[in-house]
Amino acid sequence: MQYLKKYPKLFQWLFLLIVFFALCFAIEVPETYKFIRGQAEFVKDPNQSVYFFLGKEVRYYAFDVFWRLPPLLGWLPIWINDSLFFLMNEWMPMEFWNEDTQEFKTRPLLLQISRNLTAFMTFLIELIREILLGGLETIVAFTSWDFIDAYPWLELPGLPWTIVAAGAAILSYKLSGKGLALFAGLTMIYISIFGQWKPSMQTLSFILVAAPLSFIFGLGLGIAAYKSKRVEKALYPILLVMQTMPQYAVLVPALVLFGVGDHAAVIITMVVAVPPMILLTILGLRAIPPEVIEAGRMSGCTNWQLMLKVLIPTARRDILIGVNQVIMVCFSMAVISAFIGAKGLGFNLLLALNQLNIGLALEAGLCISLIAILLDKMSLAWANKQTDYFGNLTFFQRNKNTIFFAASVLIGIVLAYIGTFIFKGSFNYLFEVPHNKGISTADFWNKGVDWIFDTFFVYIKAFNTWLIVDVLQPMRALYLRMPAVATLVLAVGAGYLIGGIRSALVVAALTLFIALSPWWDRALVTLYMATFGVIVSCLIGFTVGTLCFQNKKSAAFMLGVCDIFQTFPSFVYLIPVMMLFGITDTSVLIAVIVYATIPATRYTIEGLRSVPVGLHEAATMSGVNKFQRLTKIEFPLAFPHMMLGLNQTIVFALFMVIIGAFIGTEDLGQYILKALSDKNGAGIGLTLGICVAFIGLIFDNLIRTWVGKRKKHLGID
Amino acid sequence: MSETVIKCESVYKIFGQNAKKMLEEANGNVDAKTFQEKGCIVGVNNASFEVAKGEMLVVMGLSGSGKSTLLRCISRLTDATGGKIFIEGQDLLELNNKELIELRRSKMGMVFQSFALLPHKTVVENIAFPLQIKGTNTEDSINRAMEMVKLVGLDGRENYFPRELSGGQQQRVGIARSLAVEPDIWFLDEPFSALDPLIRKEMQDEFLRLQEKLQKTIMFITHDFDEALKLADRIAIMKDGIIEQLDTPANIVLNPATEYVRKFTEEVPREKVLIIEDVMDASSKDNLGDLKVSKDEIIENVAEKILTQEKLVGVVDSNNNIVGSIKPSKIIDTVFGGRKNGS
Repeated sequence: MQYLKKYPKLFQWLFLLIVFFALCFAIEVPETYKFIRGQAEFVKDPNQSVYFFLGKEVRYYAFDVFWRLPPLLGWLPIWINDSLFFLMNEWMPMEFWNEDTQEFKTRPLLLQISRNLTAFMTFLIELIREILLGGLETIVAFTSWDFIDAYPWLELPGLPWTIVAAGAAILSYKLSGKGLALFAGLTMIYISIFGQWKPSMQTLSFILVAAPLSFIFGLGLGIAAYKSKRVEKALYPILLVMQTMPQYAVLVPALVLFGVGDHAAVIITMVVAVPPMILLTILGLRAIPPEVIEAGRMSGCTNWQLMLKVLIPTARRDILIGVNQVIMVCFSMAVISAFIGAKGLGFNLLLALNQLNIGLALEAGLCISLIAILLDKMSLAWANKQTDYFGNLTFFQRNKNTIFFAASVLIGIVLAYIGTFIFKGSFNYLFEVPHNKGISTADFWNKGVDWIFDTFFVYIKAFNTWLIVDVLQPMRALYLRMPAVATLVLAVGAGYLIGGIRSALVVAALTLFIALSPWWDRALVTLYMATFGVIVSCLIGFTVGTLCFQNKKSAAFMLGVCDIFQTFPSFVYLIPVMMLFGITDTSVLIAVIVYATIPATRYTIEGLRSVPVGLHEAATMSGVNKFQRLTKIEFPLAFPHMMLGLNQTIVFALFMVIIGAFIGTEDLGQYILKALSDKNGAGIGLTLGICVAFIGLIFDNLIRTWVGKRKKHLGID
Repeated sequence: MSETVIKCESVYKIFGQNAKKMLEEANGNVDAKTFQEKGCIVGVNNASFEVAKGEMLVVMGLSGSGKSTLLRCISRLTDATGGKIFIEGQDLLELNNKELIELRRSKMGMVFQSFALLPHKTVVENIAFPLQIKGTNTEDSINRAMEMVKLVGLDGRENYFPRELSGGQQQRVGIARSLAVEPDIWFLDEPFSALDPLIRKEMQDEFLRLQEKLQKTIMFITHDFDEALKLADRIAIMKDGIIEQLDTPANIVLNPATEYVRKFTEEVPREKVLIIEDVMDASSKDNLGDLKVSKDEIIENVAEKILTQEKLVGVVDSNNNIVGSIKPSKIIDTVFGGRKNGS
């Protein structure tokens, strides 16, 4: 009894677990139920039953209410599809002027908007692409095809790679210094020599459009939300869902709205990249001390000046993290949007992975990662740049960067011209190294992979088999054995114990949505993979983080490593694991673990770091040893922050699991991938995406509520 | 008294919903408690006073007394709920946004407790900020800022960032920034409260030196009574939004208006605050001894000399005319008398 009084929470949790397991054992698996078959909407199956909702036919498998809830939301994807179709093709037809045919044409409003947006995006991408690579679409956009036929010399020639490389190096030098300039130069030379120039520049042009647009929209909406509570309230739920929505899932509706190609990719990238930018903008603006705002107003700032010169610069740390996120997401999407026809490195990467040409994939992946790191560092340096008012500079010193660039343009052109003589008849390597005509190490890597396979096949195979047979399959069976009712009770109970009625209701609603969708089994499989990844990631991340924290230098080093790893597009993680483990669940899980360990490590170090120095000293004076200090002082205080890390780890793991569907796992991601090639896939893709997002949100809600309470309890904020 | 620069007529600031309506209903009879029950907090309660050109008014009060709120009403960082505020005859509350900005750009400067420097700008950029906001070109504004850097003694550190400076140095930047546009009115909101005692004393002396040179009209907020005594021409003591007493330091020390004010004055070493003129007897000018003291001397400085005298000591003004006399015993009375036992 006294234990009950001492640890009431513990007994509540125990009680919840007892109820959960009792339900699990009490509810039998129905005989008609076969494990692992999701609902396929458009396939007739003799075991399926049918019901009608709002005149729509919905098929589902036999169910037992306690075992699996009926797929009452089965109509949702169909309904979304129909509404999308209606909006695009029938809603609000209007007269629009058509430039090409010189006449008015009737078109639905949304279709017209979509077409105009598409045209605009295409123009922007083409413009940058043609500056970098050459082409004539931009000129045509201003004139006509006839015009270009008459004056063929108007075609943009594209910049020789030497000039772009020199430009990148000089810009980096101006922004940061020698180190970055060297890195920029080497990156560009690497890209060129290895024959990845064209796809790299295509990707770059995509990013140079998507990233600034996302930044501007995110900042704008963030400011709007900061200024108006109403806007914030309207945005908040969308932001929340988008935070945990897998990037795959948004591809499908975009396909319907904007078609296939780079422009759709840009738009969809913005949809994914803007929400974190908004959140961080709001966060940064909120954190500004009120006195700074008052100081700005007392200096006589107008509202605009206050925003541009006081608020945004003061919040620049958080806004910068936002920019960082935007760039990260853009590169991630640069690969993923290859699924909807974006050109560039991502496309090559996917192609190579599809052909199991690991060497090629590795090269493309390396290129994209290098560009990502470069842009990331450059944006950081740009934001931290200072002006010097007191330099008594000569004309040359003041304009040396411009002069150097002009000189390099000149030299580049001359070199390219000389190149036409040297490489007569073949490719002008001083102008552009064509794709697949550069040095390639693909063979080397492929041979390496083969060698690893030949040499270690037995061990890898043994490990793989052990993992799958003895760990993964039993775990998966356990997850699938959970009756829906038991899961629901567990989730709601946890919600109630952590956050009271409010949390319980939120969690219940989110869980019910998934349970009532036709993909509950798949969601469980997703959950099992994510759980496995998260557990291992956290074990590694917390350990590594704690160890690195013992030394200031190693901690800083580890955070730097995390920064760089985080810049890699998520898809890149699949390459090395495929090298080692081929196409199996193991590969995906290892990619998940590597990817999700980043936030686990980072938050552990940050959490431990945030423990106040005074407490350290107080502990030392109380005579604790290092281990006691860690367990009694640092861990309890850092734990809330580490739990936020867990939250991020879950989100990262879910993302990777879904992306892993590319290798062929049997989770929700597989269906999202299927929906991509389905002409009615938009509804399914979106619903599936929401399901994944909700899985993330359930944990997000529980963890955040707990952390909030705990922080309040500890008096840290 | 010379011309009035700041004038407040029963200014109220009440936080909460329906504050305006409740104020009207209260009909000038605002009671903090009844307002609080209805969910409103009274920040400033019926403040009326004037500040003359070149005068330094120090508003003293403990935290939550409404002193900062009062200052923010006068700088219109918040809008007063009721009453009228005039800046050089202009009705502050009637100004539209544009006029207000113009007023701030040309006439007002403000220093903040937590310095409120812009973290992304260097010392000189911070100081030049109000000028650049006004539209002054870069060269002029930087030149002017450099003058200010020299004025507050930060030469050589103009390219430092705020985070690289100590608290005292940061506040020097804050002061320089507030003076960059050469404002007539200078608001200081607890400028030295976040500093160490030694630095604080140094900054107070520095501040007095600046004020002697610049002769601004000043409203200075502090919670430190000693600081108020040291700096002020007049002191306003606030409690719960009400100005308890507004008078010269000497009068506050000698004649505290309320029990609350008396508590502050009890601990004050009078010999350091009062000057001879405050305690002399202006009526008797006869039977004087040889010693003469100036009426503007602080008692502490001449007490020893006076106490050695047997006869009356003559008090002279700056032209060496006798304006009164002082008995040695009066000094003892002033320093030790009039206090409660044991204090």
